[in-house]
Amino acid sequence: MTGRPVDPDVDLHVPRQRSELREGPWGVLAAIAAGGALGALARHGLGSVFPHRPGEFPWAVFWVNVSGCLLIGVLMVLVTETWTAHRLVRPFLGVGVLGGFTTFSTYVVDAQELVNHGAPLVGLAYLAGTLAAALAAVFTGVRVTRLLARPRRGEAAPRIRCGERSEASGE
Amino acid sequence: MTIVLIVLGAALGAPLRYLTDRAVQARHDSVFPWGTFTVNVSGSFVLGLLAALPAHEGVMAFAGTGFCGALSTYSTFGYETLRLAEDGTRFYAVANAAASIVAGLGAAYCGMAIAQAVTG
Repeated sequence: MTGRPVDPDVDLHVPRQRSELREGPWGVLAAIAAGGALGALARHGLGSVFPHRPGEFPWAVFWVNVSGCLLIGVLMVLVTETWTAHRLVRPFLGVGVLGGFTTFSTYVVDAQELVNHGAPLVGLAYLAGTLAAALAAVFTGVRVTRLLARPRRGEAAPRIRCGERSEASGE
Repeated sequence: MTIVLIVLGAALGAPLRYLTDRAVQARHDSVFPWGTFTVNVSGSFVLGLLAALPAHEGVMAFAGTGFCGALSTYSTFGYETLRLAEDGTRFYAVANAAASIVAGLGAAYCGMAIAQAVTG
């Protein structure tokens, strides 16, 4: 284990996330609810602008899930490896906005409806294509952000004075 | 009205995902991300049920687009799969991707079958 969270929503192995609900439960839950509502509205908006007919490849949900995966990779590197972010940034943007924007249930049900409408190959291509593109997107988001954020990490290092305990060196 | 219903559904679904994830992790200290697996499979079951009913437009906006959409998540699923692979637990990464998709499809199918049995 590298000590970084595996679950971007909440990872109880990370002490700060384990205690975040105790410290201010309503703030955290309100941030997640507000973010989730914004994310879901954005997904609905894109689905309305780019609708798909039964039996057609659901491009809007495909791009929603792939772009959401790219952005979670960027966000998680920023909040766990680069910044000391405000305690509501991850709940609002990660759990709320991106969690509400992307969807697993629609992905699965859309794939099944493609099969039910006599397009099993399109359904299979949609299942496999989304998975491959989403994993490539999250990989790209993480790697590119690490690459770009590296100089800033170097600049931040001298702020830690000798003898001072820091969260970064403590892990 | 549709927008209000989506907002309400998502404002319930997203915090419920967070709370479910916490509750599952508190009971199962495992490398496998059971919390996200649980919400994604549950969301697929409910959406399968709604899709086959067929539900009223308002119910679909609230419970389908809002609630199930925000309860289930692809970004968390994708990030977890990558992190498992990064940490050297490739087996869990592959198992997470395969099990989530197979269980999600199974759950949606069960939801659809129940809806069809009820509506005849």
